[in-house]
Amino acid sequence: MSPIAMEPKPKAATATPQLVEMSWDPITRIVGSLGIYTKIDFAQKKVVECHSTSSIFRGYSIFMKNKDPRDSHFITSRICGICGDNHATCSVYAQNMAYGIKPPPMAEWIINLGEAAEYMFDHNIFQDNLVGVDFCEKMVRETNPNVWELAKRTEAPHARDHGYRTIAEIMTALNPFEGEFYRETLQVSRYTREMFCLMEGRHVHPSTLYPGGVGTVPSVQLFTDYITRLMRYIEFMKRCVPLHDDLFDFFYTALPGYEEVGRRRILLGCWGSFQDPDVCDYNYKTMERWGNAMFVTPGVIVDGQLVTTNLVDINVNLRILLGSSFYEGWENAETFVREDPLGNKIHQNHPWNQTTIPKPQKRDFDGKYTWVMSPRWLHKGEHLALDTGGGPIARLWSTALANRVNVGYVKATGNSVKIRLPKTALKPEVELEWKIPPWSNAIERNRARSYFQAYAAAIGLYCCEKAMAALHAGNTDTFTPFKVPDEAIGCGFHEAVRGVLSHHLVIRHGKIANYHPYPPTPWNANPRDIYGTPGPYEDAVQNTPIFEENGPDNFKGIDIMRTVRSFDPCLPCGVHMYLGDGKVLEKQHAPSGLAGLAEH
Amino acid sequence: MHATIPQVLADRAPDVKEVHVVWMTTGLGCDGDSVSITAATQPSLEDLVMGAIPGLPKVHLHNPVLAYEVGEEFMHFWYEAAAGRLDPFVLILEGSVPNESISGEGYWAALGTDPDTGQPITTNEWLNRLAPKALAIVACGTCATYGGIHAMEGNPTGAMGLSDYLGHDWKSRVGLPIINVPGCPVQPDNMMETLLYLLYQVAGLAPMIPLDEQLRPQWLFGSTVHDGCDRAGYFEEGVFADKYGQTECLVKLGCWGPVVNCNVPKRGWMGGIGGCPNVGGICIGCTMPGFPDKFMPFMDEPPGAALSTTLSGLYGGLIRSMRAITNRTVNQEPKWRHSRPQLTTGYRPKHYGRRK
Repeated sequence: MSPIAMEPKPKAATATPQLVEMSWDPITRIVGSLGIYTKIDFAQKKVVECHSTSSIFRGYSIFMKNKDPRDSHFITSRICGICGDNHATCSVYAQNMAYGIKPPPMAEWIINLGEAAEYMFDHNIFQDNLVGVDFCEKMVRETNPNVWELAKRTEAPHARDHGYRTIAEIMTALNPFEGEFYRETLQVSRYTREMFCLMEGRHVHPSTLYPGGVGTVPSVQLFTDYITRLMRYIEFMKRCVPLHDDLFDFFYTALPGYEEVGRRRILLGCWGSFQDPDVCDYNYKTMERWGNAMFVTPGVIVDGQLVTTNLVDINVNLRILLGSSFYEGWENAETFVREDPLGNKIHQNHPWNQTTIPKPQKRDFDGKYTWVMSPRWLHKGEHLALDTGGGPIARLWSTALANRVNVGYVKATGNSVKIRLPKTALKPEVELEWKIPPWSNAIERNRARSYFQAYAAAIGLYCCEKAMAALHAGNTDTFTPFKVPDEAIGCGFHEAVRGVLSHHLVIRHGKIANYHPYPPTPWNANPRDIYGTPGPYEDAVQNTPIFEENGPDNFKGIDIMRTVRSFDPCLPCGVHMYLGDGKVLEKQHAPSGLAGLAEH
Repeated sequence: MHATIPQVLADRAPDVKEVHVVWMTTGLGCDGDSVSITAATQPSLEDLVMGAIPGLPKVHLHNPVLAYEVGEEFMHFWYEAAAGRLDPFVLILEGSVPNESISGEGYWAALGTDPDTGQPITTNEWLNRLAPKALAIVACGTCATYGGIHAMEGNPTGAMGLSDYLGHDWKSRVGLPIINVPGCPVQPDNMMETLLYLLYQVAGLAPMIPLDEQLRPQWLFGSTVHDGCDRAGYFEEGVFADKYGQTECLVKLGCWGPVVNCNVPKRGWMGGIGGCPNVGGICIGCTMPGFPDKFMPFMDEPPGAALSTTLSGLYGGLIRSMRAITNRTVNQEPKWRHSRPQLTTGYRPKHYGRRK
């Protein structure tokens, strides 16, 4: 049990004469449409309020109705342009359950290898080509010249591992396009996507995934092509993780108190990843068992305590609430699932029973202002606003506390996760250890991302060895035939790159009667729900201290950007939200620099 | 002066020195096309942005997934483009165009906020502002070209493709039609190569981009999936997979390759790796104007395939058995390759022979 439970931060003081309203819309270097609207107190150097909004609605759950359920992984992949395959995989899991089938082990190894490559690619490009720019020389010089001066004088503790002598050299290497590490990681994002394509055909919408298995043909060449690239990546990880440790640790020392940036109560969800084919049979009744056999352990962490690792608990307690969204409620709509196969009652606000009724209207920050609903997890009567921390921090935290995963290259210890990276061409074996941090904050979300890249590579290596052994033993079957039942339900649980992902499916008369996917970003970026519970961005951005040296007239909002991007926002899921209801004192579209707004 | 020295492009200034690329991801899409182009290597994003190829204009890319700038600093380029001050620029649209005439006072898709009303500026409004000023417009991916997934039957937004919105015969101010590069998502190199071609054209080095009736680059979409599929030989011999994961032709499992315009099996997905039927994935027609509805349910055999596979089964069986005979023959070495103490190759040596 962790001793580090944190209370939520106290609310900030209300408006002062230094309150300035500033907005950044769109937030760039993320996937999808997101705007951030804040009120900042420049006297106290604090964000007082934050509204976040996204401006796209597409309506998947509506147009999927009455379609052939076998089409659902092809369709839902298109929800997201960077982790579409996570949706396809999750949909296949839900379909397997609904059709009552278990794919052959080789198919599971191939999907695991594809998903491992997705994590390796996606975290990599986000960390160093999108988030990394917030920590690059150009940005730090513009926002914190004193920090840049200090970085030039600060030796990098792991210089021997990554080759950059000072922290400033690391920052320079992260400059967009010109930076050496920026360009290298862009290239790494390519060969990792090649690894993905070997297993799932195409990035980002796979061609070879099916309920029942995969169309990928396991061959000697398939695994040769994968493992040679994988070992190159593992060698890269031996530089990449120490580099990020140096960079992130530097911010704690350079800017004392930086742990408060993006900090919120520890409320993390992880739905588990990488099926173990020896255990997983996609039967709902045995879901607790096979969920606990996953190579990333599912779990919910409340104030540092692991309150469950049971996917059935996780499922039954899901609630989708309306707050201030452009929808009508569905309390009087059809109830598709009254009980799960274990006899647990299923609530009308559960995704299995959700009916989506859109109602577009003007954006009114005092009324309806968002297309997204508020996913919550019911725990001891409280509708918890869990976050995913962008994925890795929740996965590592849950896996560490659950103390179950032990697959050769990865071992949970109860308070850490050890990742063994074997010898590669130029570097000896390295053991990395991710330790549970004292905070759920921007820096730790980012640090966990680097460690999870190594974790995914280590799991990839394990699965590749298992797949090759199966190939050599002649176990090359990849598909289990099936018939679509007339009536069935299914659910899939997976980890999209940036966190929890669930798909809930109801089949009637052989067609889709209801389908509701819940990706990570609605969990992270939702608005206050009907109970007034704020969403995770609210906690994280609100009360974030401002360390930027610029005043309001040339303010970049870098600490806010680092907070928001630490969650790895991915908005194609359709996220709109609004936080706070304070009176507008001043308006300023940062960073266009209108003068005279700070003083009154 | 050496007038006879042929001019090389490294010495020639492009007709247009600099081009802005204004990339709009706020159609109804998934940003998958922007992500896709970061995978391209032929050419790569760096190749174009950093000027790695001689003769081309300097490229300024304004794409929200990659931009250094945030918020108004980023939107600045949009306002400049709308005012005609970002000249010239190529507009790229990603995602389908919703029907905002049915969304009342609300909106389906928007980018930035109108300073006067405090309301979001719709994607459609941006198209209205930017299209008349753009040098060219490229619809990137199947959503932007023809509507795609979000324009599926039963969709609530009335989504459509760019040419449904602007009109199929729309021309830019310099006479360029809409350029459609479909694919869900767009194949990375297909998109970047189309941009490369446009840059050559803008530089004054290439003729008008050759497009087909559906406004697609002809060299990319002139052939079918089947034409470039390395499993097409199985079709010819009438050998069909009856289960996913087998190596034969996938037509009976739902592959639409024979009637779909796309080069992916030929080019691979990236770096020559991956694809669809060539690596065991049925072609679901994701580059086509009729996608997705005309191809659903995806996992059923296409309606025409029953007849064509029966026919190819008949004559393909004959071809295959004849080829099997020949194949057995060519799998054996010629009989003069042996270790017996004599030469039987047909050459008659004068000075050597059987050891005495």
